[in-house]
Amino acid sequence: MVHIFKNNGYNIAMDVNSGAVHVVDDLVYEIIRLIKDGKVGITSEEEITEALSGKFTKEEISEGCSEVCQLIDSGRLFTKDIYMPHLKSFADRPVVVKALCLHIAHDCNLACEYCFAGKGEYHGEREMMSLETGKKALDLLVRESGNRKHLEVDFFGGEPTMNFEVVKGIVSYGRELEKKTDKEFRFTLTTNGLLLNDDMFSYINEEMSNVVLSIDGRKEINDRMRPLRSGKGSLYDIILPKYKRFAESRGDKNYYVRGTFTRNNLDFAEDVLHLADQGFSQISVEPVVARPDEPYAIRTEDLDEILAQYDHLAKEMVKRKRSGRSFNFFHFMIDLEGGPCVAKRLQGCGSGCEYLSVIPNGDLYPCHQFTGIDGMKMGDVDSGVTNTQLRNKFRESNVYTKPECRECFAKFFCSGGCAANSYNFTGDLNGNYEVGCAMQKKRVECAIMLKAAGV
Amino acid sequence: MKHVVTLNDRVFKDTIEHGGCGECQTSCQSACKTSCTVGNQNCENEENK
Repeated sequence: MVHIFKNNGYNIAMDVNSGAVHVVDDLVYEIIRLIKDGKVGITSEEEITEALSGKFTKEEISEGCSEVCQLIDSGRLFTKDIYMPHLKSFADRPVVVKALCLHIAHDCNLACEYCFAGKGEYHGEREMMSLETGKKALDLLVRESGNRKHLEVDFFGGEPTMNFEVVKGIVSYGRELEKKTDKEFRFTLTTNGLLLNDDMFSYINEEMSNVVLSIDGRKEINDRMRPLRSGKGSLYDIILPKYKRFAESRGDKNYYVRGTFTRNNLDFAEDVLHLADQGFSQISVEPVVARPDEPYAIRTEDLDEILAQYDHLAKEMVKRKRSGRSFNFFHFMIDLEGGPCVAKRLQGCGSGCEYLSVIPNGDLYPCHQFTGIDGMKMGDVDSGVTNTQLRNKFRESNVYTKPECRECFAKFFCSGGCAANSYNFTGDLNGNYEVGCAMQKKRVECAIMLKAAGV
Repeated sequence: MKHVVTLNDRVFKDTIEHGGCGECQTSCQSACKTSCTVGNQNCENEENK
């Protein structure tokens, strides 16, 4: 399968199955298009010459055909999908758990309009995780992680800084476990910033390998969907100065300012650029995931504008890179040389298998997005995963079990997409969240254009 | 080549043999939490580099 597209003046040919990405001129673009559309034979220079005569000289066409043949011969164009036979060996590996999302607090000090967690409580009781439960979660991770060395723990909520002493206790316990085992914990924190203070900065910088700081962008956009509980004042004004100081204190360690866009701000590229203008270099702004009947939910008819915004943002990033003002946009980051292996590309995020969420009472769910959904409880921190039938459903889901993914050029970059989105929008782990897929495909194209532009 | 610039040297099939070690970051633990973004994850297996 080959995908060709034009973006920002670049002609791109992606060989989907090998992962090879080529920037080509107009001639080779046309040759590949003819072959791809089945209008000429794969190496038929005669047919190609006939089809392109008038546009290019015979000598040029011959040269172009020769280069296309070189790509084909070197396994970098029109390659076959050879991965299906390997799927069983990947799937048959022993199941390990290597990453946990700890719901440190099912409570929040904000009342964000679009919160998938029901304003922090996940549609249940307000509850804080105890240190004891957190320790048991880490024990589970060590116990179930087989020979994996790197173990990941994200402190999530609700708002985890509302239960920060427990966060610290769990980190300390993790450091003790590191001394007794060959494991290495990577802790991360996701926060809305309201309680963040300078005292926390040094602790977080010492212990957290990544921090996600929530902010939606421009002041009016942020404050509209992220109001304070009191309904008065501006969250943006409170958190922005803190985030700036924090980003500066972070040094070379990872952080992201992360926002959500909705149909209230379909011009979200302006929010990304606003955050970049504030001096942040690591930015993620993502589409809201919401029931279609919510007024702020993204609809199919919004897609044209959203896709144009991604193009606009990518072009702006090229300009900024050239003027020494570059920044990273999470969804445009792609690693063409050192990216993940085929096994990971086929199976995706690992939710329900190697990645689980732990809610304050110690129950396990496939990931934070499945919390509280009937039938999705997988076990608890004492007994581990007991719902092995459910785990097998997640384990068996991959790009080949999703009919729409099989024919999609982006499948080895999104790995079949988010299982929770599939489930929430179609009722099926192997379903296709069409709006999300359209955005994902555009993001992959933009990411590759940026590589072509040297960004 | 005169008409083509290839952006990457490594192809996916090179990672079949040593793939699947699972040491890389879980994609949802990075910055997304509402999507699946795998293509930007770094491989941590020296044998695949």
